Amino acid sequence: MATIQFESVERVFRQNGTDFVALKDVNLEVREREFVAIVGPSGCGKTTCMRMAAGLEHPTGGSVKVDHEVVRRPGPDRAVVFQQFALFPWKTVWDNVEFGLISLGVDAAERKRRIEHYIGLMGLGGYERAFPHQLSGGMQQRVAIARAYVLDPKVLLMDEPFGALDAQTRVVMQEELVRLARQHPRTVLFITHAVEEAVYLADRIVVMSRRPGTIREIIDVKTIRDAENWDQHARIEDVMDLPSFVHLRTHIWKLLRDQLGADVH
Amino acid sequence: MLQPRLQAPRFATLTAVGAGGFVLIWTAAALAGLTSREFLPTPWDVLQRFAQLVVEPFAGHTLFVHLLSSFQRYAMGFVLAVVVGIPLGLLMAWFGWIDRIVTPLFEAVRFVAPIAWVPFAALWFGTGIGGPVLIIFMGAFPPVLINTYRGAKNVDRKYIEATQMLGASNWRAMTQVLLPAAVPSIVAGLRVSAGLGWQSLVGAELIVASSGVGYLMVKGQAAVSTSTVMSGMIAIGVVGIVIDVALRKLQQAIEARRGI
Repeated sequence: MATIQFESVERVFRQNGTDFVALKDVNLEVREREFVAIVGPSGCGKTTCMRMAAGLEHPTGGSVKVDHEVVRRPGPDRAVVFQQFALFPWKTVWDNVEFGLISLGVDAAERKRRIEHYIGLMGLGGYERAFPHQLSGGMQQRVAIARAYVLDPKVLLMDEPFGALDAQTRVVMQEELVRLARQHPRTVLFITHAVEEAVYLADRIVVMSRRPGTIREIIDVKTIRDAENWDQHARIEDVMDLPSFVHLRTHIWKLLRDQLGADVH
Repeated sequence: MLQPRLQAPRFATLTAVGAGGFVLIWTAAALAGLTSREFLPTPWDVLQRFAQLVVEPFAGHTLFVHLLSSFQRYAMGFVLAVVVGIPLGLLMAWFGWIDRIVTPLFEAVRFVAPIAWVPFAALWFGTGIGGPVLIIFMGAFPPVLINTYRGAKNVDRKYIEATQMLGASNWRAMTQVLLPAAVPSIVAGLRVSAGLGWQSLVGAELIVASSGVGYLMVKGQAAVSTSTVMSGMIAIGVVGIVIDVALRKLQQAIEARRGI
């Protein structure tokens, strides 16, 4: 496991000759085995943060480090779960999950062991030979999550992974991710615009504002979650009824709402 | 629902009218006696000549043997175009520097029509197999290269990002991501390329001394036998249709398998 560090990160786009500041002065450390969610209105640069940690984009100022090393290019030590799944449609479930392991040079026996483990864990047993288009959206995202976890990466980067799913499927996936995250804690950077999802999943929540995208507040959820023992509840709706959950959710909503107000005036 | 039902028989009728009208005008012109029958034979004369060429050797062989020999050369030129075109297209799509080296050369060369390679091919290869193969290759190669390149270049960005994130080597990125993603475009290119290659064939065979449909037609011309030349044209047309239909079936099978 490793940390993710954003140090005075700035991202400026040049559009039609004018500079457009997408991110400014972002300082954040995702600690080892910590689950951090970034929430914010669309256009606040939260996805850009994740993509910079992945090496798919680069800061114009400051630095992004994973495991204390500056990120330069994408690689299997920083596994990404994309919003649009990005599974290879011409490969089976098994081959999709195996693809990155071959890059890592993992031998055949170990590959088989790991793939079977995560396919079982994500409830994909029996679908090994299926192609992505034969699966529902939820099942496809399970494959994408298995494909990321199986790499045993230093950090996991998730870009609104449940954004493309219907409401019922999303709830099931959120519960499964919580189970996975609590049983096998990993360093996770999770991007979402869904406040409840963030409160339910994360140890800490980073609330961002836009134009330029900056960190507005960082909220510690884990302390409250452990104190109130949220994890005794298996179902999301039971957790969401707890006063402590409601309080946090409302607080974050207000922070985002203020943003909206500032935008209108 | 009403329109397609009405249109289907109308389409067939119009096709029949077109084909029937063509044969009718041709026959009338041939029988009008304005030219000699050798210069403009009737459709029936051509069919008879065609049947004769199937059983009796002309220019050394029967029509079938000429066709077979043409098809061998064609297959060699076409396979060579595929074997060079697909890997080169993938390399150009994946490595920007290869793209920048090859594209200007390719753009310059591709405007030299396959037939314009005949004198060059004759100089270099004489009457050997190399000449026709080169000319067919020049006809078949551009569509394979262009479609492979475009298909691989247009791969959805998310697959490229997933490939990079999963740490794939250049070899695996090209063979396991770009190639399968480009298959529909490549197959469409193969169809065009198969057609152009087959069209280049007669030009190729003008410089071959001993066999082939083109050779048969050149000999027919020397014997002032329009019906022989036309029989060769029919053979070329029919084989061309067969090749196109076969590749269309392949294309449909691939698209069906992908659930497109």
